[in-house]
Amino acid sequence: MTNEIALNLVDVNKRFGETEIIRGVDLAVKTGERHAIIGPNGAGKSTVFNLISGYYPLTKGKIELNGQEINGLEPFQINRLGLCRSFQVTNLFAKMSVFENVRCALMWSTGYKYSFWHLMGRQKKLNEKAEELIEQINMTHRSRIPVGELSYAEQRALEIGITIAGGADVILLDEPTAGMSHSETEQAVELMKFVSEGKTLIVVEHDMGVVFDLADRISVLVYGEIIATDTPDNIRNNKAVQEAYLGAEEEV
Amino acid sequence: MITENRIPKSGKGQMMKRYGVWVAASLLVVILPQIFDSGFAVTMMSEMCIAIIFALSYNMLLGQGGMLSFGHAVFYGFGGFIAIHAIKLVNDGASVIPLELIPLVGGVAGFLFALLLGYISTKKAGTTFALISLGLVELVVACVLLFPSFFGGEEGVSADRMLDYSITGFGFGSGIEVFYLIAFWMVIATALMYLQTQTPLGRMANAVRDNPERAPFVGYDIHLVRFFQFSLSGFFAGIAGGLLAINYEIVNSEMIGAIASGNVLLMTYIGGVGHFFGPILGAVLFTFLHLTLVNITQAGQIYLGVLFIAIILWAPNGMAGIIMVHQPIWRAGKIKRLLPSYLAALGAGLVTFFGAMIFVEINYHLSLSIEPDKPMQLLGVEFQANGWIPWLLAIALMVAGYFMLRPLIRKIGRKWDELTQEMQEGGIA
Repeated sequence: MTNEIALNLVDVNKRFGETEIIRGVDLAVKTGERHAIIGPNGAGKSTVFNLISGYYPLTKGKIELNGQEINGLEPFQINRLGLCRSFQVTNLFAKMSVFENVRCALMWSTGYKYSFWHLMGRQKKLNEKAEELIEQINMTHRSRIPVGELSYAEQRALEIGITIAGGADVILLDEPTAGMSHSETEQAVELMKFVSEGKTLIVVEHDMGVVFDLADRISVLVYGEIIATDTPDNIRNNKAVQEAYLGAEEEV
Repeated sequence: MITENRIPKSGKGQMMKRYGVWVAASLLVVILPQIFDSGFAVTMMSEMCIAIIFALSYNMLLGQGGMLSFGHAVFYGFGGFIAIHAIKLVNDGASVIPLELIPLVGGVAGFLFALLLGYISTKKAGTTFALISLGLVELVVACVLLFPSFFGGEEGVSADRMLDYSITGFGFGSGIEVFYLIAFWMVIATALMYLQTQTPLGRMANAVRDNPERAPFVGYDIHLVRFFQFSLSGFFAGIAGGLLAINYEIVNSEMIGAIASGNVLLMTYIGGVGHFFGPILGAVLFTFLHLTLVNITQAGQIYLGVLFIAIILWAPNGMAGIIMVHQPIWRAGKIKRLLPSYLAALGAGLVTFFGAMIFVEINYHLSLSIEPDKPMQLLGVEFQANGWIPWLLAIALMVAGYFMLRPLIRKIGRKWDELTQEMQEGGIA
């Protein structure tokens, strides 16, 4: 881990109509760290992801990716600058096969752009790369199947596969283990560790086991504000966090 | 659409399996006009080939790109107008394009026109796109009538296709020579449109159709993907338009308007948007019905409309979808088990259809013929349309057919469940 900042949020605000969802978030994620964002339901975690990835415009503030300001850019432009994201609700190309999904996700970064003169079947390197990536997410035996027919855990794994395919160095994962069984979660964590090797990972997660296992640092988001950013141990012992978040969780 | 994967496998067997059907179909196109050589048959087959290109180009939008257009004939018609003017220029000695290349002129015209109109209309998909396409038709038709000097007003623009310049040496005076020219372009255009589905742009069009929300997060500008797909589709529509100009030697505003746009939607949907070959089947069937029904009955549009509604309701993946769901059963050798109930259902369906047909025809006779009191003819039987017997017969047939059909459809459903289960147990599905 270096001391460079991969992703920097400065006084980020988001308002939907009269409702303030994000109220002045400051967050600096270091290059190469695994950073978790936790917080109670409705705290605005997914909204923060949607702001970073360009899905929503900011109301106020600034977001920098590797020192370059990205607020106001379109999602595809931000993606091309090296930031990728997964979705909380599985968001794949439903009628296409696993292989097709992964290959589509590789196409831009391998320089094919909008070509209508390359035949996909002949692009040996691209196809090999897709097969390789499918192997990394342990889905080789499922690669010809339309993604609509995959199991939930498989879809989640593919979601991660597609997210990282373009080779972006800042990876945002939105609740990657939501709805998974214990053993599926373990596999997913292994996969996340593997794919974020040497990259910057920011993950929104509800499962505290996953968070404390995976994260180098944790930020706690409550009602649109970050109340603490620290190492897992310090977060565990932080009074304000216990009150606002962990305490509430125990009551449930 | 379930897109197949194409990791190239070597071996001649594989090649034959993949392209065998296409080679056979191309041969059929070559042979058919030798068997059916009447003027009507050749004209019909020429129209079928043109419709195939047009419908496939439409499916580049609807099936491949998820764009429902109500105005695709704009590019077809524009291609036609530019092509007929190109032929006229050669007639007047102002240009030297051989007739064989005129369709390309139409294609380029369609492409440029799509570039012009597409950038704005492809900004949004869904309802917005559909409504903009509808607006564009009205706009273009208005312009066509506004500039009669170029578009020929109501009567259109005509030219003589027998040009002095030819690559092949044919004079294209006879319908059969024109048919082969059209068929040649049909094969080329079909092959190109198929290959286009296998390119990065074709694949991304599928991806944008499936999930426009995700596509930007793999690096693509979905607006540009749609725009390029739209423009290429305009190119092939323009080729079809150019061929129609050659076939009839006249182009008028009908070709560019809403009805032509509606027809291409109908034939593509009837054939099936989910598979590449679907629109081909739809174009052939639709053209056949369109041209034959006109000669048989005044109510042709009604039957086509009913067919369209039936497809939407009961076979939303069209003819191609019907074929493809039976493929695994066929492969498992179990299709025989379905046949008896299918035949029975077909019989019951025909009974219902006859009832409905009598009903439609007597109504048409009573309200539209010059002398409704005179006896009418239907399938060679002469009878009085205002008597009570035909009415009773029509209603009885419809009711009887309906009650015969209902249990049969349930039975087919049960058979399907049985077969699916067996195949799952056998590990096939």
